[in-house]
Amino acid sequence: MEAVTQSIQGVPLNHYILLSAIIFSIGVMGVLIRRNAIIIFMSIELMLNAVNLLFTAFSAHRGDAAGQVFVFFVMALAAAEVAIGLAIIVMIYRNTNSTDINVLNRLKW
Amino acid sequence: MNLFYFVAFLSIFFSLLVIFSKNPVYSVLFLIVTFFTFSVHYILLNAQFLAIVNFIVYMGAIMVLFLFVLMLLNLNKDTEPMKSSLLKIAGVVSGLCLLLTLVGAVKSLNVSEPLILKDPGIGLVKNLGKVLFNEFLLPFEVSSILLFSAMVGSVLLAKKDPKKI
Repeated sequence: MEAVTQSIQGVPLNHYILLSAIIFSIGVMGVLIRRNAIIIFMSIELMLNAVNLLFTAFSAHRGDAAGQVFVFFVMALAAAEVAIGLAIIVMIYRNTNSTDINVLNRLKW
Repeated sequence: MNLFYFVAFLSIFFSLLVIFSKNPVYSVLFLIVTFFTFSVHYILLNAQFLAIVNFIVYMGAIMVLFLFVLMLLNLNKDTEPMKSSLLKIAGVVSGLCLLLTLVGAVKSLNVSEPLILKDPGIGLVKNLGKVLFNEFLLPFEVSSILLFSAMVGSVLLAKKDPKKI
């Protein structure tokens, strides 16, 4: 365990922030460029995970366990969100035979 | 120290593959690999409880849910809807603009002190359990209600309407 934690010593906190920012932007890009609803959900998962990593990095940096408890809550929330979202996608697919989000424009007036 | 940069490179590489691969099944598999690299990050930060929970909940439960839905919906490369290339370029450019804004904000912060694990035992199950069941007991119980309502809601949504059959 000492060898593992020693390998992290010396990484600047900024690099963790940059890594999380890059992953978050990739998630935003995925939401913007894809039309498949399932892949949009996966991009949202990527964004949630970027935030989780940043929470953990700050928690380890500050020596405060509350950040890691919050990551636990975010994971519970993500599980609930994915279950509901995929149920909605299954229902949409049953009605329209597609997961293309452009089909949903018939929701508008 | 170099291990962090290697794993960070892998995370970015596989998350790019998630959003740019044509086949949705490949996207799910790359997403599993990305979550695995996040687990490695948690282990490097000595957050062992989170690493295991990430491994079990994300790579076990959520990804199996994604794969099951993909299997039920019978999606493949041929039915995959794609946006026009103009919209794709616009999406990438706006994502890069967001990234540029975030990087600029971080640069102006000027906090660059190295990350030091002040208390290496903070992410162990014992310490996290003490915090979770003392300070965060009420949110923990509320999250159980959240999960229960999500379960009931998803069963109600995905169930076929019995009157139609």
